[in-house]
Amino acid sequence: MKGIPISALLGLFVTGLFFLAAILAPWIAPYGLGQIVGDIWEPSSSQFWLGTDNLGRDLLTRMIYGGQTTIFVASAATAVSFTLGSVLGFTAAVYGGLTDQIMSRINDLVMSIPTLIFALVVLSVMPVTIPVLILVMGLLDSTRVFRLSRAVAVDINVMDFVEAARLRGEGQRWVIFREILPNALSPLVAELGLRFIFAILFISTLSFLGIGIQPPETDWGGIVKENREGIVYGIPAALIPAVAIVTLSISVNLVADWALNRTTSLKGGRGG
Amino acid sequence: MADTLLEIKNLRIEATVYAPGEKPRDVVIVDDVSLTLERGKVMGLIGESGAGKSTIGLSALSYGRGGIRLSGGNILLNGREIRAASAATLRGLRGKEVTYVAQSAAAAFNPAKRLMEQVTEATLHHGLMSKDEAEKRAVELFRTLSLPDPENFGKRYPHQVSGGQLQRAMTAMALCPKPDLVIFDEPTTALDVTTQIDVLAAIKTAIAETGVAALYITHDLAVVAQVSDEIMVLRHGKMVEHGTVQQIIEAPREEYTQALISVRSIDHQQKQPTPEPLLRVEGVSARYGAMAKDVLSDVSVELHPGQTLALVGESGSGKSTMARVITGLLPPRKGTITFDGRPLPPALKQRSRDELRELQMIYQMADVAMNPRQTVATIIGRPLEFYFGLRGRKRDERVQELLDAIELGKGFADRYPAELSGGQKQRVCIARALAAKPKLIICDEVTSALDPLVADGILKLLLDLQSREGVAYLFITHDIATVRAIADSIAVMYRGQVQRYGPKDQVLAPPFDAYTDLLLSSVPEMELGWLEKVLAHRRMTSAGN
Repeated sequence: MKGIPISALLGLFVTGLFFLAAILAPWIAPYGLGQIVGDIWEPSSSQFWLGTDNLGRDLLTRMIYGGQTTIFVASAATAVSFTLGSVLGFTAAVYGGLTDQIMSRINDLVMSIPTLIFALVVLSVMPVTIPVLILVMGLLDSTRVFRLSRAVAVDINVMDFVEAARLRGEGQRWVIFREILPNALSPLVAELGLRFIFAILFISTLSFLGIGIQPPETDWGGIVKENREGIVYGIPAALIPAVAIVTLSISVNLVADWALNRTTSLKGGRGG
Repeated sequence: MADTLLEIKNLRIEATVYAPGEKPRDVVIVDDVSLTLERGKVMGLIGESGAGKSTIGLSALSYGRGGIRLSGGNILLNGREIRAASAATLRGLRGKEVTYVAQSAAAAFNPAKRLMEQVTEATLHHGLMSKDEAEKRAVELFRTLSLPDPENFGKRYPHQVSGGQLQRAMTAMALCPKPDLVIFDEPTTALDVTTQIDVLAAIKTAIAETGVAALYITHDLAVVAQVSDEIMVLRHGKMVEHGTVQQIIEAPREEYTQALISVRSIDHQQKQPTPEPLLRVEGVSARYGAMAKDVLSDVSVELHPGQTLALVGESGSGKSTMARVITGLLPPRKGTITFDGRPLPPALKQRSRDELRELQMIYQMADVAMNPRQTVATIIGRPLEFYFGLRGRKRDERVQELLDAIELGKGFADRYPAELSGGQKQRVCIARALAAKPKLIICDEVTSALDPLVADGILKLLLDLQSREGVAYLFITHDIATVRAIADSIAVMYRGQVQRYGPKDQVLAPPFDAYTDLLLSSVPEMELGWLEKVLAHRRMTSAGN
């Protein structure tokens, strides 16, 4: 692990901290999720590190549990969007012609509907459970990944080494996964960092609007929603999730940048 | 020495390399090079890629490309030190006293401006002439460079003239401000041989008429021998040998120079045709998509087992299309292809795995012909797995055998393509083709991206493999010297048709048809006065007609 730049180390450390906190939530949270432990909107003290929320629950506890939900949903949605988007994008690029046209135009059609409105409509008719949320977010985001991976793959698809594989008689699966995917990884990794953060923002938005994570469960968007009235009285409780989102996005992207440097190295990503 | 124009003393050029994951380190690109150029003389700088010849050429402008530092020595132009001179001094100098002709004229011209505007730009910028005078001079130069319709040539845009004309326009641009020194950086390398000779003749005339001094940078010794007075041979940023053209060509002292001169002197015994050809192409016509014109029309050739058929022609003659038709990437519109006695299905998808295996291909650019994310072992091992089902230790052993066959030996299997040199990459591509145990390998310009000595090694390897494995080659090239070295039969292609076809000794022996004569006589030969001889020969033939 030597030779990692300081920025990436910092990013790795902070991202790791967030993920650890999310995984270990039941053990490290000082209080229970719904437990009312003090007065409304108490300032931070040695007892409540971040103060209390609009019902007198410990805000640190809420943040840790909320982070668990947020990070899990965002990760799962990103995984869905990348798997689906890149496989379909590569397929469209490799097959080309009519297949590509049909797939790309359907994709354009879905993309032309604003994501948030689409999500609002779908979630208002579907039961709002975590799997449904993940699926809806993943499907909507996969359109972006589709476009990127198709564009990247179209360029790679005309390279001589892909032609060489075709002349050898390789099937499309080998071409997609062994010839194109490894070479398309760099832009996809960069996009992954960004998409993960967008997913966090998306789930937070949905929860803020009241159609995301439902109480008594919570997430960072939900915490903002519950505490938004406090801002009028100068209570910073609603800003704490915002700070968490910013910190996480910056650190994830620091890591993504470093991963990008590694994957762009043509020594197969071994150096550096 | 009153007429010394440029004097470079103990020049040292360095650059810093930022390899990913490593500490930045300094590398020396040019080390202790000295040269003296007198007014009106032409010096050729020659060497393989990475020899530092362009870097030295640009140093006469006191210019270093991105990240390069002219870190030591002196550059005296007209007796004035210009290394580390102020930016203002250099601005006054560049485009006025010293000008530059780049390799790729197509990339160096602004496509949105007319040629005249660009040719006279430096002259007007420095206030050397009035606009009328500059344009008059440009037209004169166009005439000297034998460009068509010199009066109106400048009114055209870069895309409206051919590559060879553009290169001459660039020469006019460099000569327009009446500089003391012109740097020609591989001005004819990107051109076809038949075009190269015209540009070469034009440059030579222009240099003689304007009396300008020049540094002529190229990797082709035969070209530089035609235009220079002196030659300096460079290798790895150091001077190998320096002398007059005559001395370098006729009595080279250093071993490296001798190797450069004797390049392509491969001795190859021409083989006789066998009764049954391996590949028979009959009456093939092909076109791309909805094009109205055929790229190939009515092409018929034969290739016998264990022999080499060379397809020769300039760019656009349909050589590579031929390869695409035979491999099945572009099914022909008309005609049939017979391989090993059986008709070959026209499209790739209809061919059986064995048919694919028996016909392999090697590409011009080895860099892009290999997946940069696969190790050499994977690249060579995949055909073994795919065609023969070899796995594990058996596969590794066979990979090592193939690596030995291409003279790479141990320690290469785990490398990535980026960790190989140009020649090694091409060898790995050859090994990949061999792994399939093919009967025919199509070689598409396999040596044209390589330095002459490296290319020589590849050709020797190919011939050696042919005698051992009995594989036939369809060798696509524009380089007659290569053809002379390895072919058994030759097809000369011109505008999608076979112009001349037969065994090598017949094709390369007179009487020639007009195009073959042009093509053969355009190939520069390592001989003083070759250019004049050819031009005289052409004038005679055209007068005879």
